[in-house]
Amino acid sequence: MATIKIRAKAAGGVTQVKTLMSHPMETGTRKDSKTGEKIPAHYITEVTAEHNGSTVMTANWAGGISKNPYLSFKFKGASPGDTIRISWVDNMGKGDSAEAQIK
Amino acid sequence: MNLLRRKFLKTASFVGAAVTVGSSVLIPQRAIAAYNKAAFEAKDIDGALDASLGSAQHSPSDSVKLKAPDIAENGAVVPITVSASMGNVSAISIIASANPQPLTSSYQLSAAAEPYVSTRIKMAKTADIIAVVKADGKLYSSTKEVKVTIGGCGG
Repeated sequence: MATIKIRAKAAGGVTQVKTLMSHPMETGTRKDSKTGEKIPAHYITEVTAEHNGSTVMTANWAGGISKNPYLSFKFKGASPGDTIRISWVDNMGKGDSAEAQIK
Repeated sequence: MNLLRRKFLKTASFVGAAVTVGSSVLIPQRAIAAYNKAAFEAKDIDGALDASLGSAQHSPSDSVKLKAPDIAENGAVVPITVSASMGNVSAISIIASANPQPLTSSYQLSAAAEPYVSTRIKMAKTADIIAVVKADGKLYSSTKEVKVTIGGCGG
């Protein structure tokens, strides 16, 4: 199940990476409108971006990030054809990762 | 019309509830080594900054650019972009000052990363967004008020 979409483009020595993850990002404070019970917290806690095996950026998140999170960042030193790898872990211990070629 | 009103009431009551129950529900089921739990559990801005960036002392700087909408119709999705024109930026934190947990996110940047990050956050209500950038061990910030029509820290 691919939950991560990555688009990475190098221009002028700087690579911009845009990524979309599908995740509910429940804060744990919201209530189910039918049962009145609290929906358990379920959110991504950490997103890691790696270029050629070295970490470029780590994002720490909590319930304050919107559902189906979007994240964009830039870094230097990559050339087209390189691989960028994005992985996330959530508070329930689940995780996913995906790789994409820099264009 | 009626539906909108329902939605508004639901969100409004949620905001009230969130303040009281916020702390008890934020216990991760599995401890993740690098995850800075204290920073996200902090209820005030200073506590969140201290835990995420190591200090609560930040000075406003023109070098920090914060891009956020003037009015966010839906508080569940507020696009935020932070960039900085200074060098040696090692971390960025984004704070929504009226949220039950003010720290929305924190980013650790390697030497190769540019001081730029863009994401979408939730906002409980109209409040100042504070972008704090750590460069050479010092904190620089930029603040912008975002008006929220419908609060949405519940997503």
